[in-house]
Amino acid sequence: MKISVMALVASVGMAASAVAAEIAPTAVTYTDGAVEQSLTGVAGNPEEGAKIIGSKKLGNCVACHQVTALADVPWQGGIGPVLDGAGDRWSEAELRGIVANAKMMFEGTMMPAFYKDTGFIRPGKAFTGEAADDTLGPLLSAQQVEDVVAYLATLKD
Amino acid sequence: MNMLTRGLATGMMALFAASGAMAEAADDNLVINGEIEIVTRTEAPAHLSDTMDEIMSGWLFRGEETRAMEADDFDNPGMIFVEQGEEAWNTAEGSEGKSCADCHGASSEMAGVRPVYPKYVEAAGEVRTLEMQVNDCRENRMGAEKWDYTGGEMVNMVALLSSVSRGLPVNVAIDGPAQSTWEKGKEIYYTRFGQLELSCANCHEDNYGNMIRADHLSQGQINGFPTYRLKNNKLNAVQSRFKGCVRDTRAETFKPGSPEFVALELYVGSRGNGLSVEGPSVRN
Ligand code: HEC
Ligand code: HEC
Repeated sequence: MKISVMALVASVGMAASAVAAEIAPTAVTYTDGAVEQSLTGVAGNPEEGAKIIGSKKLGNCVACHQVTALADVPWQGGIGPVLDGAGDRWSEAELRGIVANAKMMFEGTMMPAFYKDTGFIRPGKAFTGEAADDTLGPLLSAQQVEDVVAYLATLKD
Repeated sequence: MNMLTRGLATGMMALFAASGAMAEAADDNLVINGEIEIVTRTEAPAHLSDTMDEIMSGWLFRGEETRAMEADDFDNPGMIFVEQGEEAWNTAEGSEGKSCADCHGASSEMAGVRPVYPKYVEAAGEVRTLEMQVNDCRENRMGAEKWDYTGGEMVNMVALLSSVSRGLPVNVAIDGPAQSTWEKGKEIYYTRFGQLELSCANCHEDNYGNMIRADHLSQGQINGFPTYRLKNNKLNAVQSRFKGCVRDTRAETFKPGSPEFVALELYVGSRGNGLSVEGPSVRN
C-alpha cells in the first residue's frame, strides 16, 4: 500500500514537472540558431509530425517545401529546399531551432517562425484580416514543434 | 551569427538548384481580338534596376486556357461587366441630372487615363486612384451618392475605363509631388506583415515563377486589373486583391481606399511601368 501511494505521488510529480518544463516561446534559448532543450520534455511523435507538415491547417510546410516521402500530399511548393535528407544535414537541436524560428538560423529567411508569439507587424486573427486579439499564440504548439522535429529527423538520404 | 555558411558547406546550394516545383512563365504573346497588341514582358523601369531586369504580366503565369480566354472579348467573362459600366457611363444620375458622358463624351475619349493612375491630382492636393476620381465626380459634379470603393458598380466602371486603354503602356509618375506617397508605398511593399512575416516582395519579387502550394506566383503586377477570377467568378478590384494578399500573411489588413493602399497601388503600379494596360484580364 505504501509503495503504491509513493508511486502515485511520483507519477503525479512527473506529470507536473513535464508541464512545468514546457518552454514559452519568449523563453526559448537559441545558440547559433539551434535549440538544445526539448520544448516539452516529451519525445516528439514523428507520425503526428508528418501530418502537421502536410496539413494546410497546421504547419503547411509543403506550401514551400517538397518532401518525397509525403508524395501523397498534393501540391508541394518550390520556395524552400527539398526536405529530403534534412535529418542527415541537421542535428535535432538545429532542426528544433529551424522550426521554432528559422530566422535565428537563416538571417532574413522567408520561412515563418512557428514558435513565436510576439514582435509581429499588424498581426491578424488567423486568416480573417481582422486584428489579432489576446488569443494569439504561436503557429504550432510546443509539442507540435517536437512532433515535426521528430519527423524531420527521420528524413535520411 | 547564423548557420547559413554551414548550410552552404553541406551542399545546400545544390538543393536550392534542385528544388523542383518551378514552373516557367509562358513563352506566349497576347493580341486581343487579333488587333490589340499587349506588352506582357518588357525591360524593368529604371527604379527597379537593382532588383530585376524584366517585368512580366500575371497573364504569363496562368495556364493556356486561362490565357486564351483573355485573347478574345467574346471569351473574356469580364467584358460583360464592361458593358454594364458603359451603361452606367451613359446614365444620368444625382441632383444634377448628369451622366459621365455629359461631361466627358464617349467612354473611348477616356483612353489614356487609366495608364497614369494613381497620380497626384493638383486640384485635390493628393495622390488619387481612379476610384477616388470616379467618386469625386459622382459626389461633386453629379450630386450622386458615392459608390462602394470595391463594389460592383465601381469595379464595372474601372473595367470600362481600363478596357478603352488596353494596349497603352502603364506610365505612373513617381517623382515630383507623387514622390512621398510613392516612398510610403514602397515601404509597405517591403514590410513583412502579419504572423507569417511576409512582404509583397517575399512572394512577388523573390519568388515569382515558383509554386507556393498550388499557386504559381507571378510578379503581382496590376496592369491587368480589374481581373475576372475563375476562382470567384467575378471582377476583382485591385485593392481587394491587396487585401486578400495581406490577409494571407495572417495580418490585420488595410482598408480599400485607405491612404496605405492608395500609396501601395501607386508603388505597385509603377513597378509595371511599360507593361500594357490589359484590364479586364482573366486570372484563376
Ligand atoms: C513561406 C515559406 C516556408 C514555409 C511555410 C516553411 N519553410 Fe522551411 N524554409 C524556407 C526557406 C526559404 C528555407 C531556406 C533557408 C533560407 O532562407 O536560407 C527553409 C529551410 C528549411 C529547413 C532547412 C533546409 C534543409 O533542408 O536543409 C528545414 C528543415 C525547414 N525549412 C523545415 C520546415 C518545416 C518543418 C516547415 C513547417 C513547419 C517549414 N519549413 C515551413 C521556407 C519555408
Ligand atoms: C504568401 C504569398 C504572398 C504574399 C506575401 C503576397 N501575395 Fe500577392 N499573390 C499571391 C498569390 C499566390 C497570387 C496568385 C498568383 C499570382 O498571380 O501571383 C497573388 C496575386 C497577386 C496579384 C494579382 C496579379 C495578377 O496578375 O492578377 C497582385 C496584384 C498581388 N498579388 C499583389 C500583392 C501585394 C501588393 C502584396 C503585398 C501587400 C502581395 N501581393 C503579397 C501570394 C502572395
